[in-house]
Amino acid sequence: MKNRWILLIALLIAALALAACGGDDKEETPTPQPPATEVATEAATEAATEAATEEAPTEEAATEEAATEATEAATQEVAMAPEETATVEATEEAVTEEAATEEAATEEAAAAEAAATPRPINIELPEGRTFRVAVVTPSTGTDLAFSQSMADSLAEVQAALGEDRFEYAISENLFVVEDAATAIRDYATQGYDLVIAHGSQYGSSLEEIAPDFPEVAFAWGTTVNTFKDEGINNVYAYEARSEQGGYVFGVMAARLTQSNVIGVVGPIETGDAKLYIDGFVAGVKSVNPEIDPIVNYIQSFGDLALAAEAAGAMLANGADVLTGTAQMVPGAIQKASEEGALWFGTQANQTNLAPEIVVANQVYDWTVVLEEIINRVLAGELGGEAYAITLENGGLRIEYNEDYALPEDVRAAADAAVEAIVSGEVDVMAAIEELAGAPATEEATEAAEEVTPTPTSGG
Amino acid sequence: MPVLAVVAALLIGAVILLLMDADPIRAYRALYDGAFGTKNTFADTLIKATPLLLVGIGICISFRGGVVNIGGEGQMIVGGLAATALALSMPDARAEVLIPLCLAASFVAGAIWGGIAGVLKAYFNVNEILSTVMLNQIATYWMIYLMSNTLIDPEQISAASRIPETDRLPRQSDLPRIGPWLDSIYEWLGLSSAESSRWAPTLLHIGIIIGLVLAVVVWIFLWRTTVGYRIRAVGKNPRASRYAGIRVKRYMVLSLLLSGGFAGLAGGIQVLGVRHRMSAEGGAIAFTGNAGFNGIVAALFGKLHPLGTIPASILFGALLVGGNKLQRTVQVPSALITVLISLVIIFVVSSDLWSRHRARRRVTLAAQEPASPPGASAAAEMDGVR
Amino acid sequence: MIDQLLDSSVLIGIAASGIRLATPYLYAAIGETFGQRSGVLNLGVEGIMLMGAFSGFWAVYTSGSLALGVLAALLVGLLMGLGTAFINVTLKAEQGISGIGIFLFGLGLSELLFQQSFDGVVTVRGFPKIRVPLLSEVPVIGEIFFQHNLLVYVAFALVPIAWFVLNRTTLGLKIRAVGQNPQAADAMGISVARVRYLTVTFGGMMAAMAGASLSIALLNVFQQNMTAGQGFIAVALVYFGSWRPFGVMAGALLFSTVNALQLWVRTKGIDIPAEYASMAPYLLTILALVLAAQRVDQPAALTKPFERGE
Repeated sequence: MKNRWILLIALLIAALALAACGGDDKEETPTPQPPATEVATEAATEAATEAATEEAPTEEAATEEAATEATEAATQEVAMAPEETATVEATEEAVTEEAATEEAATEEAAAAEAAATPRPINIELPEGRTFRVAVVTPSTGTDLAFSQSMADSLAEVQAALGEDRFEYAISENLFVVEDAATAIRDYATQGYDLVIAHGSQYGSSLEEIAPDFPEVAFAWGTTVNTFKDEGINNVYAYEARSEQGGYVFGVMAARLTQSNVIGVVGPIETGDAKLYIDGFVAGVKSVNPEIDPIVNYIQSFGDLALAAEAAGAMLANGADVLTGTAQMVPGAIQKASEEGALWFGTQANQTNLAPEIVVANQVYDWTVVLEEIINRVLAGELGGEAYAITLENGGLRIEYNEDYALPEDVRAAADAAVEAIVSGEVDVMAAIEELAGAPATEEATEAAEEVTPTPTSGG
Repeated sequence: MPVLAVVAALLIGAVILLLMDADPIRAYRALYDGAFGTKNTFADTLIKATPLLLVGIGICISFRGGVVNIGGEGQMIVGGLAATALALSMPDARAEVLIPLCLAASFVAGAIWGGIAGVLKAYFNVNEILSTVMLNQIATYWMIYLMSNTLIDPEQISAASRIPETDRLPRQSDLPRIGPWLDSIYEWLGLSSAESSRWAPTLLHIGIIIGLVLAVVVWIFLWRTTVGYRIRAVGKNPRASRYAGIRVKRYMVLSLLLSGGFAGLAGGIQVLGVRHRMSAEGGAIAFTGNAGFNGIVAALFGKLHPLGTIPASILFGALLVGGNKLQRTVQVPSALITVLISLVIIFVVSSDLWSRHRARRRVTLAAQEPASPPGASAAAEMDGVR
Repeated sequence: MIDQLLDSSVLIGIAASGIRLATPYLYAAIGETFGQRSGVLNLGVEGIMLMGAFSGFWAVYTSGSLALGVLAALLVGLLMGLGTAFINVTLKAEQGISGIGIFLFGLGLSELLFQQSFDGVVTVRGFPKIRVPLLSEVPVIGEIFFQHNLLVYVAFALVPIAWFVLNRTTLGLKIRAVGQNPQAADAMGISVARVRYLTVTFGGMMAAMAGASLSIALLNVFQQNMTAGQGFIAVALVYFGSWRPFGVMAGALLFSTVNALQLWVRTKGIDIPAEYASMAPYLLTILALVLAAQRVDQPAALTKPFERGE
């Protein structure tokens, strides 16, 4: 039995020895290492803060100074980082220290959220009528992701219409489909005007339940299937075209990256996560086809530690811009903020998790869809239509982090990308399909260039 | 005694409900209505109880055999996968052929998954708690792989969102609903009920009958056959069994094998009776609904006796179904229901001490003399809360 | 394909990542080792981890003090551990089932408290990285071992301490005696109940520290069910290590390093199905145990409540 431990320890030692040998060989190669060591950044920050007060990016001198100081301070591996990365990070740190004090960094979510003004709700509710909605979601309403987006939107509608005129009930955490089916049936029995099944896994249940309650309106998301072909007329479908925001973020990421390494942390390759990530990759490729974003689906929606280490591996490989989707991303965001890499959030505003590194968030505003559906239900139509929240109808909103100093040319490129998607000039779906159909880099390049005439202002 | 324990747990729950500004009386009425109120809700309870019962009778075998099988989740998954794959590959088979074949396949698959842990324990001395925990995860990843590649619904391959789920299984594979049968039995008994309260529209499927029959079968197996006797003997005292000439290792494997088989069958019945397709959306728990663990609770509530597991799993199913109804009615966070259920489990298992003097010499427990004042467990619980 | 991984920076990254991932497992599994050595199986580690994660996080968020965060986690762990001991030792409950109850209790209560005290996911400023003077400058070794936060060091320091206590002290002797043969220990005048209370309560505190090491040191964020099954893996690792602290550490490191490796493999763009890569740590843990052909029996009284005079 002792042999086993000797074996294991020997294995570990062997691994370490390998590491040591490798280290000797490649001493000179400037492997992009995460340079965020305490000493280095502190020194760099100090130097850079002075310069940063001038606001205007006259960083050249200041940051060079910072970089040299950083190099001096950190004797070893830190210095291996390319100078550019070091300077960028130094300035970012500085900006953070300037804008947000230590406590404010963790506590103020309000500032970021205030930036997003809720759109006016346009529902024509007849006098004396109370509209009742029930929603069934697979995760909790505070998941900072998919379920929360719907909970927030319902609260917004209620705030606009008044608590007595718009009631809603939520059953959260119904990851077991049978439980959700029971809940949906129960809500339908209780005479709710609209029952929302907020999870693509609820489809087959809804298909069975909806015909039993022809007088109740149902909605199912995210999907495009209303079961009209099956002869069911009281189901609405809704989806989020999250690939659109993903594309815009991809465009920005490709312009912001200095190392040309971009990382994406995903859960399981499906549904909303897949759409967003595919869109993001297409966006990156539209700007720089040479960049192959590192996409890691970690096969878990909940393991924050794994998400953090997945992000860590990307950062250690030189990634300086990251994004990700689903409930476990706070782990990855934390890692990104530790190393000073940039982050793009989706599904909800994640700025408050790391105000210094979040560039922008794609926020889902389901009120657009709710408004349409509720108005139709009030008009007596109970289903048969499919809706989507898009950049065009304002259901997908890009909320920038005011605390992050986004270079103007990148902002302009993002705005142009949004415009191109809204006008139909860019079809993100087509771009994704062409990327999928063309694995070879050259073809991908052509494809990307064909469909993406994004202006390259100021490079 | 367990009844008192449940009452005590619900009282603590009432305090929490009051703290959350919810009306406990209304809440608990909803809990009862949600589980037993109408035939529809009672059917839901029975549907929920079916996998608990099947996993539970498997647990009876393994715990009696002296092995702790906490791999019910993984075994359910592979059972579900086997039934799904077989049903999809035989779209034209008749129901009388397809259903028994699929259920048999799910039993065999679950048995293999459980048997792996058994072989590892018996011949490689790998503890079954370790291997079953690991095998649960392995089954989960395997399911995700099969759902998003091999078994994926062809329609989803081209879809941009690509949901990892299979096509709907052929209709003949649906387990028959037993509502109409029950109605005719009611009629025959002269209990013909009003149109509004018939069993027919409920989703109750034949799975519960399968579970009930198998519970009886396992009871006979464990107490009336030589093999069953030996399994119990090995569980009670492996050394003495060895001296008595029983091949201990073989029986260890057998008890995990059978235990896994019943969990696999539970998975197969979930697929054929309830879901009609398999999906990796939402992960393993979305498929199993935690029945692999809750089945252990049901079995132990049932004193590790297959017949005792029947009421235990129905009560536990009622708690799960009624808990959800409670959440809907008084709109408390779903986490509160989790706490409530945990309190019931803890109280019942703690109160076991008083009723134990009758059930002497159970597998993992030496007999105990009655002791400890009632309410003591409540105090412990509150310690935890504070 | 393999050569992409045989680069010093890659191996260093994997090793350092493995150490970070191993930290919560270490706390929880070392604590559980004590409990099991004295004959009590606590399957509820996951629930206590979640409660520890929440209480530590909450304390740091409201007070800003890391010390208070650790204290809060330890205190909650102590209470949960006492409760667990009361259920398992005094009330002699079936240990497998009470563990599931404790797990659900922690899972539900931590989520409930989180929803009551926070509007959504927020972060705290957790334990910073500490570069151990001199040692952190050593090439390779320094990067792998000496650039972590305090709670990582403490977790690893716990291993030799646990070994020492279990094997070289009277208390350790008592713990082992109680787990191996409670009747004999009792006859020798050792209070079986007291020893088991001690170990299970310690186990609870360590499980809570495992949670806190996630929420205020490694991730600095709390979320519902953020441990995602790690508590159960920790229990499994105790079996892997055959109830020996260094064995447990080897198991935690093996599991975590393989997990880190599979993340890196995919980061490097090596094309294997993600699902199979994710399976690797679980498969290899079993495989390692099979190959090592262990012949260690569990503490004879594990899961058996003590009853005097049988």
